[in-house]
Amino acid sequence: MSDVLVFAEHLQGNFTDSTFELLGKGRELAAATGDHLVAALLGNGVDDMVHQLGAADKVVAVEHDQLAEFNPEAHTLALKAVVQAVNPAIILIPYTSMGMDLASALSADLDIPLASYVADVRVEDGKLVTVSQMYGGKVNVESEIAGNQKIVSVLAGAFPADAGKKEGSPAVEKLDPPAELSNLRVSFKQLIEPEGGDVDITQQDVLVSIGRGIQSEENIPMVEELAQKLGGAVSASRPIIDNKWLPKSRQVGKSGLKVKPKLYLALGISGAPEHIEGMKDAELIIAINSDPNAPIFEYAHYGVVGDLFDIVPVLKEKLG
Amino acid sequence: MPVDPKQIRAKDKVVVDGIELTSEWNRMFDQRPVFDYDVDVLDKIASIPGAESIAWCYQCAQCVPVCPVNEVGDYGPRKIYRRLQFGIDLLTDDELWKCTTCMNCLRVCPKDVNMIDIMPAVREEAVMEGHVPAELQEVFENTFEYGNPLGESPRKRADWVKDAGVPVPIMKEKKEADILWFVECYPSYHPRGKETSVALAKVLNALGVDFAILGVEEKCSCDSQRLAGERGLFEEFAEENIKTFSKYKFNRILVTDPHALNAFKTEYPKLGGEYDVVHYTTFLAPMMDRLELKNRLNYKVTFHDPCYLGRHHGEFDAPRQIINSLPGVELVEMWRCRQNSFCCGGGGGGMWLDGFMADHVKERLSENRVREAVETGAEVLVVCCPYEISRFEDAVKSTGNEGKLIVKDIIELVVEAMGV
Amino acid sequence: MNIIVPLRQVPDLVEDLEIDASGKDLDREWLKYKINEFDDHALEEALLLKEDVGGTVTAMALDGDDVDKLLFTAAAKGADKLIKVTGDFPQPLSSHAIARALASAIQGMDYQLILIGVQAVDELDGQVGVLLAHYLGVPHVSVVTGVQVTNGKAVVHKEYAGGVMGEFEVTLPAVLGIQAARQTPRYAPVSRVRMAMRKSTIEEVSASDTAAGGTPEIRKLFKPEKGAGAQMLDGSPEEVAEKIVSILKEKGIV
Repeated sequence: MSDVLVFAEHLQGNFTDSTFELLGKGRELAAATGDHLVAALLGNGVDDMVHQLGAADKVVAVEHDQLAEFNPEAHTLALKAVVQAVNPAIILIPYTSMGMDLASALSADLDIPLASYVADVRVEDGKLVTVSQMYGGKVNVESEIAGNQKIVSVLAGAFPADAGKKEGSPAVEKLDPPAELSNLRVSFKQLIEPEGGDVDITQQDVLVSIGRGIQSEENIPMVEELAQKLGGAVSASRPIIDNKWLPKSRQVGKSGLKVKPKLYLALGISGAPEHIEGMKDAELIIAINSDPNAPIFEYAHYGVVGDLFDIVPVLKEKLG
Repeated sequence: MPVDPKQIRAKDKVVVDGIELTSEWNRMFDQRPVFDYDVDVLDKIASIPGAESIAWCYQCAQCVPVCPVNEVGDYGPRKIYRRLQFGIDLLTDDELWKCTTCMNCLRVCPKDVNMIDIMPAVREEAVMEGHVPAELQEVFENTFEYGNPLGESPRKRADWVKDAGVPVPIMKEKKEADILWFVECYPSYHPRGKETSVALAKVLNALGVDFAILGVEEKCSCDSQRLAGERGLFEEFAEENIKTFSKYKFNRILVTDPHALNAFKTEYPKLGGEYDVVHYTTFLAPMMDRLELKNRLNYKVTFHDPCYLGRHHGEFDAPRQIINSLPGVELVEMWRCRQNSFCCGGGGGGMWLDGFMADHVKERLSENRVREAVETGAEVLVVCCPYEISRFEDAVKSTGNEGKLIVKDIIELVVEAMGV
Repeated sequence: MNIIVPLRQVPDLVEDLEIDASGKDLDREWLKYKINEFDDHALEEALLLKEDVGGTVTAMALDGDDVDKLLFTAAAKGADKLIKVTGDFPQPLSSHAIARALASAIQGMDYQLILIGVQAVDELDGQVGVLLAHYLGVPHVSVVTGVQVTNGKAVVHKEYAGGVMGEFEVTLPAVLGIQAARQTPRYAPVSRVRMAMRKSTIEEVSASDTAAGGTPEIRKLFKPEKGAGAQMLDGSPEEVAEKIVSILKEKGIV
């Protein structure tokens, strides 16, 4: 067999966009190699979800109490069982919080080579070629993966989700859950929802978004004033949230929120792929960054190479 | 000797002539000790090596009216002592970061309470304990990582040379020069700083000075980081710079930055690096007659004495000589000048604490100073310290004086007069 | 509790990254390295845990340029023990190779937790932390932002998109891929780093596993295409601000 296997990621009962992005791409790869597209669906009571995976030829499912919610250990064991049963040539796993716990684990356990940070994947002369966005999006690496099996860990948002969104009734094969699931070292306790009460940045028309270039917490009020003048709110890239300068609810990107405001003003954000993923669909993106090579300028509609501390005060003034 | 804390509190309630008195008002009606302060905190701070003189303060308050920070907020060395008496620990007190080490207090202090020693010593202790404003920490990290507080690539330190249009030799190639020009960070990286570096390079070339710079081998002199409490960082880079200096033959070090002047004159000798150091204004003043000054400038200018050139190292005349030698330039003094010059706010770490200070002051020192400069009727505020040009240019904008006053480095005026 | 924190240096993105003559690697001659920022968070979380429940923190790194400074900085922040893992590693180092080397050095040590940065900008072939856990045969959780240890178990928070978090209980020993520490990584005063350079010792442990494999074969490196993106606005801050305002007016935003 040389099928393409996609890990169908879901959280709180809903498949993530990544699932459909990978199914769409997986369909393309399967067509190129003339093989089947298989979705690995892990959970507990998955029958009602299968119809959403119409893009796949087949769904291989594992059901167990311990798979009801994502569990790094349980899901690794179950996905391993699926891989061993399906014996796919290509395994597509999203480079997301869940996928990060799975792709490398499978690679180590089953000794399958792995390409990560993948933004593009194609079959070329019978070889699987990947393009990884490395070094914060500053350098791309094109590589080819040898061997009968390969794992490709794909950046969220790399491919259109629509191509993989197809209702249908693919064949479902259910595997016996691995025995080790009853003896786990990692146990799921609960899901914690983000704290409410703060501004919902996904609902804002204008976001003034700050990154590392803001330099310190003390400079945030200046940006808040600008956001206020523009009738919007302040959002941020991950380092700002990790430093606890703004609450988690303000984070744009991979582990934060996806936003589509009318204006996204990016101040001192270099534009790592994880951030781009969360804001690239904004209607108007204006980026100010002191580094002319910042990747953000590829995604922005307008760019300014300059010091945000010079420009923001003047901008505030001009906005009255 | 510490006094029983019970004694220092006002009584909850005292009845005098049948009238109930509450709060501190009752203290005047009840016996209390004359000295009722716990001196533990004061003792702790005064025992930090370098900070001993804080204990000598006798509260005469002469320092307060001359303190620039008090002009824009509520601060002063006398008040620091008073807070220590009250038991407020300076190590965790915001007051610790307000002093710019401008030295105007020491000038008037009859007791030699030396904030230039006290502040760095206590700040060093605070930094070691992890109490450091975030924006300052970022500067320390940048300096350690990249050799400059701006966090710019060390490889690009001499990139400004490409725009100079005149030869700027690098020591690594030249090995030997009469003058080793220590450019420093802001003149190497800051857009306005780079312009002044280019100007100075032109003047040195016009004078036929045999000079060279260190280029990418140069590391921040770190004097302001030292004054802001990072002595270890200072020593690390001082050792590196001294090692680099030792590889080359030169007679004098020429500095653009008065803070580097201070480092080389007062601190490097303690680490075994003794050099003949000169600020570019001191260096150029006696040579002005050798420059061909073709252009008449017709400017009315005023001059800002940098703390670390003037008060700290006694150079008040050289910059004025240069200004007065420029055709058509009229110098009007601000009332706070020379020994009593007003600080721009950039020294002692202040350069990197604007965000922190915003909560404590009604305006920046640089804004206060720019207003004074405007009052003189001058069109140009002349400076000769790399911190000042960006601070004052910002202040001109934020005080709404754009179009009334421009800020120029003294060397830019020289080049303008030369017409090169 | 004994916590091991493997630290890595990654190319500093402040510098312009250049591609070498082979086209298959970065030009490493001029490359400047700095600590992987996530590893810095892992170290911070480890130090905070030590402050919570006692124990030791061991900072560990594979031998390489400037690795001593990396370890001494960790000591200055409070790491108790410094270990340099030596060996003839395959170059350029892959995540798989780093994980194998670390696993072979750690095997047999007394530890309850390994905290490691969840990812790094140069991990072409997966995450070192997860690989390491599997080579050691211990459980792992990635994208962790909060760790508490009680009764020999760790309770951790794993982040998903949109701010949702999963809470897990993990039997020790385990590997946790740290996304962010509870607080900003602490500052290491340079005096302390210098003191550590004089007083701390770095123990050398040789890696018994220096195998390659598990990685894709690099064909070429290339810079992302430019020009498709932003229309650049030039001029003084004044002019730039003016242009931005007129764009915003044109689009009806202000």
